[in-house]
Amino acid sequence: MNRRYATHADLGGQRGHGRITPEPEGELFHAPWEPRALALTLAMGATGSWNIDMSRAARETLPGYARCSYYEIWFEALCRLLAEHRLVWPDEAAAGRALHGSPAVARTLRAADVPAVLAMGSPTARPAATPARFAIGQAVRMHGGDVPHHTRLPRYVRGKRGVVEHVHGTHVFADAHALGRGEDPRWLYTVVFRGSELWPGPADAGEAAALAVSVDAWEPYLEPA
Amino acid sequence: MELRVRALETVLTQKGYIDPEALDVLIDTYQTRIGPRNGARVVARAWTDRTYREWLRRDATAAIASLGYSGRQGEHMVVVENTPTQHNLVVCTLCSCYPWPVLGLPPTWYKSAPYRSRAVREPRGVLAEFGVRLAADTEVRVWDSTAEVRYLVLPMRPPGTEGLDEDALAALVTRDSMIGTGLPLAPPARAR
Repeated sequence: MNRRYATHADLGGQRGHGRITPEPEGELFHAPWEPRALALTLAMGATGSWNIDMSRAARETLPGYARCSYYEIWFEALCRLLAEHRLVWPDEAAAGRALHGSPAVARTLRAADVPAVLAMGSPTARPAATPARFAIGQAVRMHGGDVPHHTRLPRYVRGKRGVVEHVHGTHVFADAHALGRGEDPRWLYTVVFRGSELWPGPADAGEAAALAVSVDAWEPYLEPA
Repeated sequence: MELRVRALETVLTQKGYIDPEALDVLIDTYQTRIGPRNGARVVARAWTDRTYREWLRRDATAAIASLGYSGRQGEHMVVVENTPTQHNLVVCTLCSCYPWPVLGLPPTWYKSAPYRSRAVREPRGVLAEFGVRLAADTEVRVWDSTAEVRYLVLPMRPPGTEGLDEDALAALVTRDSMIGTGLPLAPPARAR
C-alpha cells in the first residue's frame, strides 16, 4: 500500500506564520556549525550518491521540518540520505567514527576542484525530443489534487487557471528525478496567475487586485483550460 | 548540533567521502567571493549600458556569465525588471531556491515560513515589514522559483544618480533590492 506522501515544505499561501525578521546583508551564519553543515551537504552532493531532487524530498518530508532551522533541516536530511544509502549508519554518526564498511562513492570533491565544480553547476536543460504542447499566451489549468510523491507543483496553484508566459525548453523533470526514474526531461513553462484567481476570498481582495504570481511548471502539471 | 556536525564530518573524512579542505574552500567561497556584490555589478552595468540591459533581458545567463558569475544555483537565470507600474518580488515557497552566483547564500528570512507563506498572498504586507511602500496602482508580480530557473530583480535606477559611475551605482544596490523586498539606496547628497 502506498503511504500518502507528506511534505511539510509547501508553505505558499498558508496563514499564521507571523512576521518576517529582516537581516543585514553580511549575516550568513548564526552558529559555527552552520557553514560546516552547508559544506558537508554540498560536498556529499558532489559525490553523486543522490541528486538535488532526492535531497529536497528528504528535507521536505522530515517529521521535524516545521521546528527546525534551515541548516538543521539540511543536516538532518543529510544524515537521513547517508543512512538510506548505507554510507553512514546512525551508530557511526553518533559515535563520530567509522564502525562499518565504506561503500564506494562515484567521486570525492577535492579542494582544488571546488571552484571549477561550482562554476559549472548542474544545468538542467536538455535537448527536446517532442514539440511543446503549449504556447505563449495559451490558457492552462494546473493539475488538481494530491501528488503522491515529491513534486514542484505548489498546492496554492493546483486546479487554478493561468496563462503561459514563457517557454524555457525541456528540463530534467523534478518529480521523476526525485523518484530515481532518471531525468525524464519535460517542457518547462512559466505560468502566470491573477491574484484574484489564486485568492478569491474577500479578505484577500485588497492585495489580490494588483497582484500576479507565476510558477515554473513542467508540462505534466498542465492541461488546456 | 555543534558536536553532531563535527562527528559526522569525522566519519565522512575517515570513509574518504569528503576532503575537509574542500569544505574550507566551499565556506570561504560563499563568505568572501560569491555574494550580493556580484549582483550589484550586474545591476550597475544594466543601469549604465543599454546594450547590456537588452542582453540581460534576452539571455540573462550569458549576460551575467560575461561578468564572471555563473554556475551552481544560477545555471538558468532570468532578470526581471522593475518599472513604475510593476514591482517584482522573488520567493521559493517550496524550499530556498535563490540565485547563488549573483546573491550568494540566502538570508534566513528568505528560507523562513513567514516569508515563503506570505509572499505569494500578501506581498504588500511583506514589503511593509521591510519598510517598502509601493504606489497603490503599482502591480506586484511575484516569481515563485519552483524549478531550476533563478530570478534576479533589476531595480529602477534611483533619481539623482546621473553623474555616478558604475562603482558608485553598485554601492547603492542592496541585496534586498535584487530580491524585491527592498529598493536601492538614495545617492549620497553631494552626488545630487
